[in-house]
Amino acid sequence: MKRNWLLYPYVVWMILFTVVPILLVFYYSVTVQGGGFSLTMAHYARVFEPLYMSVIWRSIQLALVSTIACFILGYPVAMILANSPDKQQFSLIVLFVVPMWMNFLARTYAWLSIMENNGIINAFLGLIGVGPLSLLYNAGAVVLGMVYNYVPFMVFPIYTVLRKLDPSLIEAAEDLGANPVRSFLKVTFPLSLPGVLSGVTMVFMPSVTTFAISQLLGGGQFTLIGNLIEQQYLRTYDWGFGSALSIILMIIILISMGLMSRSNVYEEGGLI
Amino acid sequence: MTRDNLSNVGAEMIRLVDIHKEFDGVTVLDRINLSIAKNEFVTLLGPSGCGKTTMLRIIGGFESATTGDVLFDGERINDIPAYQRKVNTVFQRYALFPHLNVFENIAFGLRIAKKDVKEIRDKVQSALELVEMLGFEKRTIQSLSGGQQQRVAIARAVVNEPKVLLLDEPLAALDLKLRKEMQLELKNMQKQLGITFVFVTHDQEEALTMSDTVVVMKEGIIQQIGSPINVYNEPTNIFVADFIGESIILEGRYLEHCMVEFAGQKFPCVDIDFAPMEQVDVVIRPEDVDIADDPAEGVLQAKVSSVVFKGVHYEMLAETDDGLEWMIHSTTMAPIGQVIGMSIKPDNIHLMKKETKGPEVTAS
Amino acid sequence: MRAILKKCYLWLIFIFLYAPILVLILFSFNVSRSRGNWGGLSLRWYGELFQDRAIMTALGNTVLIALVAAAVSAAVGTVAAVGIYRLKGWKKSFVMNITYLPILNPDIVIGISMMILFIAMSFPRGMASLIVSHITFGLPYGVISVLPKLAQLDPQIFDAALDLGATPREAYFKVILPQILPGVFTGFLLAFTMSVDDFVVSFFVTGNGVANLAISIYSMSRRGINPKINAVLTLLFIAVAAMMYLIQRRLRKSSREAV
Repeated sequence: MKRNWLLYPYVVWMILFTVVPILLVFYYSVTVQGGGFSLTMAHYARVFEPLYMSVIWRSIQLALVSTIACFILGYPVAMILANSPDKQQFSLIVLFVVPMWMNFLARTYAWLSIMENNGIINAFLGLIGVGPLSLLYNAGAVVLGMVYNYVPFMVFPIYTVLRKLDPSLIEAAEDLGANPVRSFLKVTFPLSLPGVLSGVTMVFMPSVTTFAISQLLGGGQFTLIGNLIEQQYLRTYDWGFGSALSIILMIIILISMGLMSRSNVYEEGGLI
Repeated sequence: MTRDNLSNVGAEMIRLVDIHKEFDGVTVLDRINLSIAKNEFVTLLGPSGCGKTTMLRIIGGFESATTGDVLFDGERINDIPAYQRKVNTVFQRYALFPHLNVFENIAFGLRIAKKDVKEIRDKVQSALELVEMLGFEKRTIQSLSGGQQQRVAIARAVVNEPKVLLLDEPLAALDLKLRKEMQLELKNMQKQLGITFVFVTHDQEEALTMSDTVVVMKEGIIQQIGSPINVYNEPTNIFVADFIGESIILEGRYLEHCMVEFAGQKFPCVDIDFAPMEQVDVVIRPEDVDIADDPAEGVLQAKVSSVVFKGVHYEMLAETDDGLEWMIHSTTMAPIGQVIGMSIKPDNIHLMKKETKGPEVTAS
Repeated sequence: MRAILKKCYLWLIFIFLYAPILVLILFSFNVSRSRGNWGGLSLRWYGELFQDRAIMTALGNTVLIALVAAAVSAAVGTVAAVGIYRLKGWKKSFVMNITYLPILNPDIVIGISMMILFIAMSFPRGMASLIVSHITFGLPYGVISVLPKLAQLDPQIFDAALDLGATPREAYFKVILPQILPGVFTGFLLAFTMSVDDFVVSFFVTGNGVANLAISIYSMSRRGINPKINAVLTLLFIAVAAMMYLIQRRLRKSSREAV
């Protein structure tokens, strides 16, 4: 093959900095720390202790809840965007993108100022004689953080699919006697499913793996898998257990992507 | 193979010698030998997948032959890359550069060759004049119609004054009326420029209209090389007969000198290269069947089963008693159900050798 | 009626999306240190911000890392995309799979796995490791922004350039590159945005006290509120928004001219 040298720097870089590190994580997850090459399944066994299983289960639950919330909030937005006049569409999309130019941590951090005990909401509530309510450091706050950060990932794929939808399909459905609700349920929604699936994947994955949102808005008392991993690496220095957790996390991601694999998000001959 | 039209055709320009081309082990061109003269308008004609475009790309330098040589002006150019060959191409769907305007598209080759600004301007002007597109210099490619893009593509190629212009189905994307106009214009341009055109098409009518020489191809093998009149009147095999124009193909037997038997009758003919009692294929063009209202006036009798008006002529189907269906093109009409008499003049009967089984090699 | 409902809904969503950012910007002009109390407008925190070496360094790091990572991602990604475009079969799926790996891999796994690698390699942790990691997750965006542009190209356009006498090299620079340039820009912007947006990977791979803004915010948020952070984020946000606005306007203009 001619001109393949174009690829070498890229492929070498990607293997060295993405594939090799993952292999290292795997290596740490099956060996005894400081024990040379002695293999062990102890790290994985620990993952299945009830304490840690409950953390994993909680992570999945919260990620599911925020994915559903993003879908409920995001689908109508995508529809409104796709149906608005072409000239407005671009500006509306830009309005959606702009908040993402603020750093992820900064956006999350900003919610602290709004929701903390002497924050804005409680200041208002104080004016009408209520509160202060403790809004932070609970599951609700963490879900809010996830929804806030990831709702655009739900809106954009659905919007893209809806925009490409041939409007004459809906006209045809209505021509055949379907009322708007039925034509939505029978035509628009089924055809937008690929967008929904990729939206669901794109929200669920970062939600289930987050550690910063739960750290900031959950106040460190609200442990998710991400927090657990961070603790192993940076506080208790138990790399073996941390690596086992990381491998489990990647397996959860792979399973959820497998479930979503019917969507053609990654068309270019990629994974799955 | 004879070449009977040598009117303004000069010395040899391109020669393909024993070209063989495989893609992933599949043969797409086999034993291709072809000589193209200076100033000749050659058309490579055949159904899609017959290898005609590959042949053009080998001449252009975009593909290299697996074995065999390409000679240009007597020199072997197998290893000369496309960008150093003195040929230019008009691509299928034009391949104009969308980021450049009309002027810059046409000037592209001249700029690469580092011509000076004035020369570029003059040459682009005269190229635009040739294709009747003066005044379109600043237009973007996207704002042009298909026909206009076609003209820009031609101008972009000829402005470099190639010795040979390769055209890869350049008219395929145009509508019928425009296509007919462009056929004549291209033919005129070729005369005006005085260069060789190698034209690829699957449209036999286009090939017959424009060419000095038609090269009929099938499955990577040249079937026949000849003038339009030659390939139309003297097809070398059933494929050519069938592909070029409509034809009635019958089984027959050569009886003796200038006498052939088919459809249960004896007919005088003009072919002499056959042995007595040799099995032959008989080709008759639908317009060569003479019909008479009185069945007795014909050698064969047939009953008209359908009539379609085609504008200039009627297309009729008539069935003989032995069940053979004849297609007839005639300016006079016989109503459905009428029994007519049919006759064929000796020089309208074309005899062909029976094809042998297996891969056929009929090109010389 | 339905139109009004739609508008209201969109407005609510936009309020939800912009509320924290507006609050953050607003409080960067607040005299008082508290986030709940409004003490009046002032540029006090901006003044203090410019005195704060740590935050200014973090800001500089963020911008520098993003620029380097985006430039490398766009350049190497474009070259790689041209290579990938010519691939077929298992080689193509292999390269595409390693391309999608950093996109699909959770940030935290990228972060810890690269941290392990850097430690195992004794790679200097700090600026160098930050830049390498940001290039790694930016590169795929460089590739996948250019690939569709290559697919849209008329497959004959390269041959056409050769036919007109351009060498393959000239054909790439004069014909292919101008047409995929919007994709290259998109790749640059995506990689830049990803880099500025990143916290998790940076958090794990950094070392020797080198911090970008996200890391500084994280460590400060644990020590209580620092209004200077609001000020620097406001500045960064305005800078990024202005840059994106200018580039997008240029892109839109050029794409409109092409039609």
